[in-house]
Amino acid sequence: MLKAAGGLCARVLGFAVLLMSQLALADETESLKYNMTRGVTPVSQDIHGLHMQMFWWCVGIGVVVFGIMFVSMFLHRKSRGVKPANFHESTWLELTWTAIPILILVLMGIPASKSLINLYDTRESEVDVLITGYQWRWKYEILGEDVSFFSNLSTPRDEIEGFAEKNPNYLLEVDEPLVLPVGKKIRFIVTANDVIHNWWVPDFGVKRDAIPGFTNDSWAIIEEPGTYRGQCAELCGKDHGFMPIVVEAKTESEYRAWLDEKKAAAAALAELTEKTFTFDELYAQGEEVYNRSCAACHQANGEGLPGTFPSLHEGIAVGPIQDHIDVVVNGVPGTAMQAFGEQLSEVDIAAVVTYERNAWGNNMGDLAQPLDIYNHKQGK
Amino acid sequence: MAHGPAKGITRWLYTTNHKDIGSMYLWFSFAMFFLGGIFALVIRAELFQPGLQIVEPNFFNQMTTMHGLVMVFGAVMPAFVGLANWMIPMQIGAPDMALPRMNNWSFWILPFAFAMLSSTLFMDGGAPNFGWTFYAPLSTTYAPPSVTFFIFAIHIMGASSIMGAINIIATIVNMRAPGMTYMKMPLFVWTWLITAFLLIAVMPVLAGVVTMMLMDIHFGTSFFDAAGGGDPVLFQHVFWFFGHPEVYIMILPAFGIVSAIIPTFARKPLFGYASMVYATAAIAFLSFVVWAHHMFTVGLPIAGELFFMWATMLIAVPTGVKVFNWVATMFKGAMTFETPMLFSIAFVILFTIGGFSGLMLAIAPADFQYHDTYFVVAHFHYVLVPGAIFSITAGVYYWLPKWCGNMYNETMGKLHFWLAFIGLNVTFFPMHFSGLAGMPRRIPDYNMMFADWNMISSVGAFLFGAAQVLFLYNVIATIIGGKKATDEVWENPEGLEWTVPSPAPYHTFETPPEYK
Repeated sequence: MLKAAGGLCARVLGFAVLLMSQLALADETESLKYNMTRGVTPVSQDIHGLHMQMFWWCVGIGVVVFGIMFVSMFLHRKSRGVKPANFHESTWLELTWTAIPILILVLMGIPASKSLINLYDTRESEVDVLITGYQWRWKYEILGEDVSFFSNLSTPRDEIEGFAEKNPNYLLEVDEPLVLPVGKKIRFIVTANDVIHNWWVPDFGVKRDAIPGFTNDSWAIIEEPGTYRGQCAELCGKDHGFMPIVVEAKTESEYRAWLDEKKAAAAALAELTEKTFTFDELYAQGEEVYNRSCAACHQANGEGLPGTFPSLHEGIAVGPIQDHIDVVVNGVPGTAMQAFGEQLSEVDIAAVVTYERNAWGNNMGDLAQPLDIYNHKQGK
Repeated sequence: MAHGPAKGITRWLYTTNHKDIGSMYLWFSFAMFFLGGIFALVIRAELFQPGLQIVEPNFFNQMTTMHGLVMVFGAVMPAFVGLANWMIPMQIGAPDMALPRMNNWSFWILPFAFAMLSSTLFMDGGAPNFGWTFYAPLSTTYAPPSVTFFIFAIHIMGASSIMGAINIIATIVNMRAPGMTYMKMPLFVWTWLITAFLLIAVMPVLAGVVTMMLMDIHFGTSFFDAAGGGDPVLFQHVFWFFGHPEVYIMILPAFGIVSAIIPTFARKPLFGYASMVYATAAIAFLSFVVWAHHMFTVGLPIAGELFFMWATMLIAVPTGVKVFNWVATMFKGAMTFETPMLFSIAFVILFTIGGFSGLMLAIAPADFQYHDTYFVVAHFHYVLVPGAIFSITAGVYYWLPKWCGNMYNETMGKLHFWLAFIGLNVTFFPMHFSGLAGMPRRIPDYNMMFADWNMISSVGAFLFGAAQVLFLYNVIATIIGGKKATDEVWENPEGLEWTVPSPAPYHTFETPPEYK
């Protein structure tokens, strides 16, 4: 048993050693799986350069220090019959091995300081994106373009729970990616609605804390079109691991077309607010909205998590409908219940309220129309 | 006139004897080490492959939080206090600790603190789930109700640590044997003296930050809430002003232990004693001015980023001096490789590797990619596991024969070492790769591109855990029986502790020895 475990470990260790040697020889563009990405922005490439430079400094120092240590462990062992020396002090040596590291640190620190100053220079941006972290989704707003939307994880529950095969972009895919133009200086302004999140796209070298009540900014010039994926990098609660970031970098004209498409879709949605829906339409859409926006806390069966997230089998979902709408639209301050009025369309809120009042044996039999939600928001 | 211990349970409840209290601290720490280890294995079991298999994300977060809290406050810190209790009086030729009744109290409040913390696992809403760094507002507005119990548990642990630190300072300053000047004290005593000052400086800061949380949660203040004029980043500044010195609290005594063991088995005096003392003091001083390197991505002004980057890099200098001194001590010695020496050599090598990744993390621009990834997890486990855990293990093997009068089983000790050494590296080395490849920390599920590294880490973690069971068995077997140890135990070791019989009598140095 022990032997088998030892053998496995030896193999695993051998594998690690093999990969380390590959790291040393790797073509930098193919080193994504075990090394930092070079990325596609000036900042990310700069950081990659610093990272590799630091890595080689450490390897060099390690070879010298561990080398002396291993030589000594081999030569100066009692079993070889050596007599121990008795030296135990040398001011000259102490000064040397204080001075040389200081010199090396200065050599490391100067390029790092230069990179840092460049990384902080967010002036003269051409596109400004306001990014807001929510538990557990991102909201993007292209400033000055009247385009604003939420981006949710789109990986199906079945893949997470092992009932379906995982697709290659498992947990790194969203319903609505952010689209950005290549070759433009983009400024990311980052904030949060509830707890601290962190917007991180490794290929851009951009990682900024999203802090409720404050903004941070960062920048990127994306040099190549493509799809870039990232994740939230600050523990933000239960579904911290389930709020990915997807950015599609496209040409200027494709980006413009995307903006127009988004605006048209928003206008169409606004028109729908006037429409009267049937119960079945609302219920079907409500189920979809619920699973996307509510099930993370209140669970797919509406039972919530005792002590943390309330059950919908009691309370507002089976009380007066105006109170129910109010909680969904305005949230409950001081708790994890967010104000969905700004996150979901009137149609979506009407649908999800209808769904919650009539699903899982909640037979309230009533429904909400988008216009009711609109009126509620207007204070009527 | 010989005055032995009381009989039965009251011996342990009422004891003011530094050896009894030291033993209780060490056993308590051992128990917490296994508890925290079980939490770690739950984490590694869930991360064995992609997908959610074993635990819910909320429970996963409780496990990462409890693992960190139990290991830091329950395993590492009490183990060092236990070693201090046993060894400091014996190394300075004192009959006991300076404040024996307070010593009893500072131990006995600990089990209550951890009983309270562990009980949160069974409460409605679950245990704290906001990480051991408990950033607001996740730990205030959005926390489970059990957060209040967590706050009071932290208060009790802090009180225990402060009392322990006061006791150690009082003992070292007042109770050294005649002739033992400060610059003749063993390094373990020196490093603990400096650590004790760090504890007194920063534990009140921790108490302050959790009290601010308590106020925000229950009494309507807004220290950490922007809507009320507060600032969530204030939490991080206060927390890390505690947190960074805390890191050195967990490593400085380790430096002391290794500085005792390497000369013994190299049969050569410690190289550069004075520079070791100065380097320890320099590290302690610097630990107060580097806290914001944990916060490079929160949006500090550029001047702040530059200051904290350079100050952090500077720590490499005194730390390097220590490593060079240990290597110089080994150089031209006549080395043997008993279990304590193996753990000490592994300490020097692996702690240095952790130092390298620390230096990389200090480079602020690069930290924008490393921050909150598995690269950071790899870094701090490389400094804490081979740093704190290996040095404590080395210390236990080194002094156990003195404590119980029996030699441990050397073959089993070496087997423990190799299993732990391999397990540790298999667990934590791949985390460098998964982190650089882009895996954030504290996530219960991940994309398949991180799958290989995680599977290897999980296998290593179970191996490391199994190795510790062997350690427990070896310690118990040594206490029960085994070859009798000589008074010196090792070949010509330095220090007053080796001048008393093995096992050390219940009372030692009732009349102070003359120290040359």
